Amino acid sequence: MTNVLTLRQPGASKDRGLERNPGMEYTPELFAGLRINRSAVERRAGTIARRRSIKKDHQTAWLLKALSCIDLTTLAGDDTPGKVKRLCRKARQPVRKDILAGLGVADLNIHTGAVCVYHNLIEVAVSELEGSGIPVAAVSTGFPAGQIPLKMKLAQIHASVAAGAKEIDIVISRAKVLTGDWKGLYEEVKAYREACGDAHIKTILATGELATLTNVAKASWVCMMAGADFIKTSTGKESVNATLPFSLVMVRAIREYHHLTGYKVGYKPAGGISKAKDAIAYLVLIKEELGNDWLGPHLFRFGASSLLGDIERQLEHRLTGKYSAQYRHPMS
Amino acid sequence: MSIKEIFASMDYGKAPESTAMAEQWYAARDNKLLHFAGGQWQQPASGEFFETRDPATGAVLAQVADGAQEDTDRAVAAASKAAPGWAALSGHQRARYLYAIARQVQKHSRLFAVLESLDNGKPIRESRDIDIPLVARHFYYHAGWAQVRDRELPGFQPLGVVGQIIPWNFPLLMASWKVAPALAMGNTVVLKPAEFTSSTAVLLAEICAEVGLPAGVFNLLLGDGKAGQALVAHPEVKKIAFTGSTEVGRILRKATAGTGKKLTLELGGKSPFIVYEDADLDSVVEGLVDAIWFNQGQVCCAGSRLLVQESVAATLLEKVKVRMAKLVVGDSLDKGIDMGAVVDPVQLQTITDLVRLGAQEGGEVWQPDCKLPENGCFYPPTLITDVQPASTLAQEEIFGPVLVAMTFRTPAEAVALANNSRYGLAASVWTENINLALDVAPKLKAGSVWINCTNAFDAAAGFGGYRESGFGREGGREGLYEYLKADWETALHAQAVYPLSGASPTEKQSTAVSIDRTAKLYIGGRQVRPDGGYSLQAYDAAGRVVAEYPKGARKDIRDAVEAACKAEGWTLTTAHNRAQVLYFIAENLEARGAEFTRRIAQLSGKDEAGAGAELALCIERIYTYAAMTDKYDSQVHSTPFRNVTLAMKEALGVIGIVAPPEAGLLGLLSTIMPAIAMGNRVVVVPSQQYALLATDFYQVLDTSDLPGGVINIITGDQQELTAELAGHYDIEGLWYWGTAEGSQLVETEAAATMKRTWVNYGRFHDWEDSQQGEGEVFLRKATEIKNIWIPYGE
Repeated sequence: MTNVLTLRQPGASKDRGLERNPGMEYTPELFAGLRINRSAVERRAGTIARRRSIKKDHQTAWLLKALSCIDLTTLAGDDTPGKVKRLCRKARQPVRKDILAGLGVADLNIHTGAVCVYHNLIEVAVSELEGSGIPVAAVSTGFPAGQIPLKMKLAQIHASVAAGAKEIDIVISRAKVLTGDWKGLYEEVKAYREACGDAHIKTILATGELATLTNVAKASWVCMMAGADFIKTSTGKESVNATLPFSLVMVRAIREYHHLTGYKVGYKPAGGISKAKDAIAYLVLIKEELGNDWLGPHLFRFGASSLLGDIERQLEHRLTGKYSAQYRHPMS
Repeated sequence: MSIKEIFASMDYGKAPESTAMAEQWYAARDNKLLHFAGGQWQQPASGEFFETRDPATGAVLAQVADGAQEDTDRAVAAASKAAPGWAALSGHQRARYLYAIARQVQKHSRLFAVLESLDNGKPIRESRDIDIPLVARHFYYHAGWAQVRDRELPGFQPLGVVGQIIPWNFPLLMASWKVAPALAMGNTVVLKPAEFTSSTAVLLAEICAEVGLPAGVFNLLLGDGKAGQALVAHPEVKKIAFTGSTEVGRILRKATAGTGKKLTLELGGKSPFIVYEDADLDSVVEGLVDAIWFNQGQVCCAGSRLLVQESVAATLLEKVKVRMAKLVVGDSLDKGIDMGAVVDPVQLQTITDLVRLGAQEGGEVWQPDCKLPENGCFYPPTLITDVQPASTLAQEEIFGPVLVAMTFRTPAEAVALANNSRYGLAASVWTENINLALDVAPKLKAGSVWINCTNAFDAAAGFGGYRESGFGREGGREGLYEYLKADWETALHAQAVYPLSGASPTEKQSTAVSIDRTAKLYIGGRQVRPDGGYSLQAYDAAGRVVAEYPKGARKDIRDAVEAACKAEGWTLTTAHNRAQVLYFIAENLEARGAEFTRRIAQLSGKDEAGAGAELALCIERIYTYAAMTDKYDSQVHSTPFRNVTLAMKEALGVIGIVAPPEAGLLGLLSTIMPAIAMGNRVVVVPSQQYALLATDFYQVLDTSDLPGGVINIITGDQQELTAELAGHYDIEGLWYWGTAEGSQLVETEAAATMKRTWVNYGRFHDWEDSQQGEGEVFLRKATEIKNIWIPYGE
């Protein structure tokens, strides 16, 4: 098998700034020979956050950055318009004003990166977020398992875009990965991308169901080739969701894709990230492996629901020097 | 910077670890570090102190007692006094102390870490996350060995007082590697830390006192080379364990030669880091960070020599440069740095000079645009490409954050380049092909081979070198033998068990005796005449000339070593095949039993029954080693992460054997059979009195399918030939049974290439004795243990 790296030319391609990734021809030789060494990846993932220590004002600024990258999410069977309204208000005003003022960041106009809901709740979210600049993201294509006909998947994307979703979080067919049907996966994601039109597409790999890190790397490549704007780890519904090793493999694929094409693809870990400390670890990983360009909501998101609460408590602690309590912060 | 500005820049900022507790610790000791002997803190006898500094700032941390002869005598006397009591404790009692030390290290882990980083300059992250946890692990692990020593290692006893001299790059870690096994096996210790880094050793001594370790069991001797020299020379010290430079290692090898002191040396390296084209290159880059930009590259086993397959060289080097640009160099106590200060201005100058030399010799030097602190001893991460094997920097250890890179074309060329070094401490191999990895690992001359990982250490796995990286292992079961002696060793005899015939010829010798056949040398499977064209006379027990045998000399040794080197197939073949050959030798020897019995009787003066008994024992001995070829198994160590750590027993290669002069066929076979059973090729210098048995014996070999070059027999003057073997650079091991002076010569000459030696210091084995004449120790001496770390998981 040819290794992508043997095809690689020295020197990076011209950087395309913030242009959308248009995708590229299906080129299996770019990923066919990829091999990911799990133990080495785990070692790097296990030490990366310990190599950097972010304290005091720096920690505060980094937590605010993390907050601005959250796709504030509710994906439950019992979601109602009322629940989604509450979520949207929280997205607009994620931290108590007195805390932000006290930290001297009131005029940063901090809000979350997006609000992420099921299709049925797009319209209420769009209306609640009007004028905020906060996009609505909708999970799609038979989320979370994706076990519905392609026609219906595409119809769902069209419907969600029509309902006002600016971002579509699709799930890939895990079966195509597990059976090695990379070409089929490429065509599927390419069809989703076309269906999304101007809406940005985040491709959920469901890494916890792909069996190996090598599969995760290959699936990342195929999705980027097919025109993904973001690659995303998980639905939050798998038994294993976002982890630092998965993330390392995916962001390295993003880095290599950028090196090859000049296009920057975004990254979204989702599921299981609930602590401020974990969020910092992810930001460190992004900064170290991809660089500062990726440290913002245009190229990085957390798919999370309870992370915000922990960040709020840490921010208040920074301001007052006292450990905070959850009830002191408005719920979403 | 305001929060808003940081929000925009996303800089890391500084995260200094507090040094308040460490400063209090120094202050509480009046900023003076003292010797610790016999359970008491001791002022230096001379009253002299020297300064120890924080290399990151140049600030003076403390005054260190300047040890010399008198301080050494006091420490050794204390250790000597404590030795019998400590050895007499039960394993369980010793285990409790070691366990208590481990617990105390953990309880004070942050103080240890901060002191270490202050004193040495290494990043606090490393001392906190790597050094100190490993220190605790070593004490826990060896507490376990103390507990089970008597059951697991029966027939051994402690050595007594052990002198241990450690370097400045991992001060406390090296102390634990040495102290824990020594104490566990029942020895008492005098530890001499490096003069740059004494602080954590003092804290360790305090902990030993706190846990109630009996006075004199652990003693601390501070100071520089004077103290070390005095310790090495002290007659009461039974063993020296040293980690440091090859240069000093050589001095110690010579200084202890012939004294009977045991010695282990863990020395320098220029360890290869081999990257094949199918490796996970992004992981390789992180491996390199852990290999050469760990502890500022001041690591004896640092992967300092990158060997990368040509097809991926450009890509890898580009990735390495991108990664290097992200390394943060800063104050050692900052929790957010990758590299701290090098230990001392002297070391900084050495690195600077060597890099300059590398550039002069055509190397392309690359350093990232990286901010260094203005003061203190800092050197940036450095990559030098276009380095060739002929370049100085491909051969010499830099001991700094400098990686040199070379390319290769094929797997075999990678191995050849990797082994093209006087050193042999460690190697790292990166490939996703398990067939390739496991093919390459045994071929590398390195005590540790890390597959798809690097700088993996654990108390349960032995660590140590080949070639000029030294000998002996630290950690694992293999490391314990360095602190023990077999009971039978103490029972060796001062007088020959089988007295030499005296062999002064009776008068009126004439050459008129019948010479029935011409004895020759046996080289490369052929009978050859000696290069010099001289012969010596062989006498029977009564002193009568019975025949002549060739007087081998320098060039015959040269030819024999060359033949032995070529016979590598013997080392590579299966143990089963070797066993078959050994059994065949026994069979053929027995078939010629009558002839050999007569010869034994003739040369030894034994009666026929006695001679027959010796022959029978010889055949039994061959059977023993034929049996052991495929039973002296390698081990898998239980190291605490997801990997297989193979402690592989490997043949040394070519071993020179000077057979016991007083013992005939039994002495010859007792020494060469274990060596070849384990896959070595030997050049043997037989007993002069029994030379004819050796020259008869090659006829047995000729009919036994033994490949040429596996056993080479050079008869002649044993003393003269010993000197030739000892001085030969292409022999990995040398076993010597002879005089005390000869033993000293062998050990002294071994310093040049760090041959593994095994000598008798003029004492005598009883070769008929099942302990002194055969056993595990012969196999252990015939092998070296290589630890191969193979992480797994898909």
